[in-house]
Amino acid sequence: MSSHNLDVYMPVLILMAFAAIMVLGALLVGKLVRPQNPTELKNAPYECGEAPIGSAWSNFNVRFYVVALVFIIFDVEGALMFPVATVFKKFVEIGEGGAILGTFLIFVSVLVLGIVYCWKKGDLDWVKSYQVDTDYNEEKDK
Amino acid sequence: MNETVVSYLSQAPGYALLVEKLSEFFGFDAEGFVTFLIFALVCFVVVNVMSAIGGLGTYAERKISADLQMRQGPNRVGPFGILQFLADGVKMLGKEDILPAQADRFLFLIAPLMCMVGVFASLAVVPFSSGLTLTNLNIGVFYLIGVSSLVGVGIFLGGYAANSKWSMLGGMRGASQIISYEVPVTLSILAIVLMTGSLSFNVITDAQGGLPHQWYIFHNPFTFIAFFVLFIGALAETNRAPFDLPEAESELVSGYHTEFSGMRFAFFALAEYVEVFVVCGVVAALFLGGYKVPFDLGNGELIAKTFPAIHPMLAKQIGNVLQLKAFILKTLALYYVVIWIRWTLPRLRVDSLMVLCWKYLTPIALFNLVGCAVWLWAFEGKSMWAMIFKSGVAAAGGHH
Repeated sequence: MSSHNLDVYMPVLILMAFAAIMVLGALLVGKLVRPQNPTELKNAPYECGEAPIGSAWSNFNVRFYVVALVFIIFDVEGALMFPVATVFKKFVEIGEGGAILGTFLIFVSVLVLGIVYCWKKGDLDWVKSYQVDTDYNEEKDK
Repeated sequence: MNETVVSYLSQAPGYALLVEKLSEFFGFDAEGFVTFLIFALVCFVVVNVMSAIGGLGTYAERKISADLQMRQGPNRVGPFGILQFLADGVKMLGKEDILPAQADRFLFLIAPLMCMVGVFASLAVVPFSSGLTLTNLNIGVFYLIGVSSLVGVGIFLGGYAANSKWSMLGGMRGASQIISYEVPVTLSILAIVLMTGSLSFNVITDAQGGLPHQWYIFHNPFTFIAFFVLFIGALAETNRAPFDLPEAESELVSGYHTEFSGMRFAFFALAEYVEVFVVCGVVAALFLGGYKVPFDLGNGELIAKTFPAIHPMLAKQIGNVLQLKAFILKTLALYYVVIWIRWTLPRLRVDSLMVLCWKYLTPIALFNLVGCAVWLWAFEGKSMWAMIFKSGVAAAGGHH
């Protein structure tokens, strides 16, 4: 079987199909045996006995957004490093490792610069500390 | 080299005959059909065995936690309570399926499905043994990282779909935690890809040996650190304590699966336990020699040479069974450590979780990656044991 043969991806689809069959099948079979008597209180979201106020689909902390942005940058760079990592050994074997290593180091140092920048900006802190304006402090002291 | 379990099984004597008979019966070339049948059969076995292992994982968790806390643990259903997971499954099946009135009905169904699909799809490349790997993709590592991210999507959707505040908080935490820890995990795996020059799990495993000094964890100081970075990251990726913030029961009730009941909850739990097994297997394959048996017993050549009476094909099968045992043994040892950690360490706070990932693990993983690259270039990929041995020989030679 050659590596261009797409047969090697067949188990992926089969396993995904099995997972879907398992979940949907169990839910369907369960329908025959389980009780079904919903009430208004039972279907309300659980908030430890308090009456829920409003929907949970509201604004959330912007920190999550920054984490996602930083992740995207690092993940894309990680994905870009995979091809380099795969061929690096072959180049070392034919004695051309130095050039590839140099390129690799430049690439990684860009990545390191990125993380240093985020660190300095305070984007890696979960609770971002703001520098309190000095004018405000002086006014308060008066 | 075997690329899939079918190309391994097709070496069996009856395979050609089966294809021929079926081709005659259907009137067309049945090779593709037979391939599909074998894949479906093997996948069916793997899915069932893995579900059983996931179920036994819940039992092991309860039993080990009981042991650590000097309790009895489950001991009523079956001998030593080992059938507890089946009883739990039956109970879950009979539980009412509660659909919150405000929930998104479609996403509420999709979320557990997404988790299961992601976990089961990642089983395709887990290297159980050199012959029984379902499919030895040439992009195996990359595929695994991609497919296992589906679990994170499932967890976030689960938190979002229920439209409950606890769920939403758990889902948001889960998403941010899983994507953050993806970075050190990817970088640690990259170090091993660098050392091997391949993305296929079987090639990576075959580049190691059966004895501990031939494993990648002890290859050089950088891979030694990379192993621990990967293991810590893997704990966070699978939401295991001390990183179980998405379902932190003391602050978020039950986190992203607060509103899920019955079978839907059961699938979240099953997906988590199977994922822990998969992750432990991957760590074992990348760093602990995977299915490699000491002294190359795994490929069956030594067995065939020692006992000439045994058919070489049979010797190969025996070797494969040995490989499977070695893999399962290493994976279960890691599984035990995962459970042990859960019942030993307290949960992290959400800000220290992010600090651990971005300010410690990611820079360390980057440093490891560069260290591995420099090691490979400077010492041409020799392990530190080979170099100690060589310098020892040189020193001994110097005295003459």
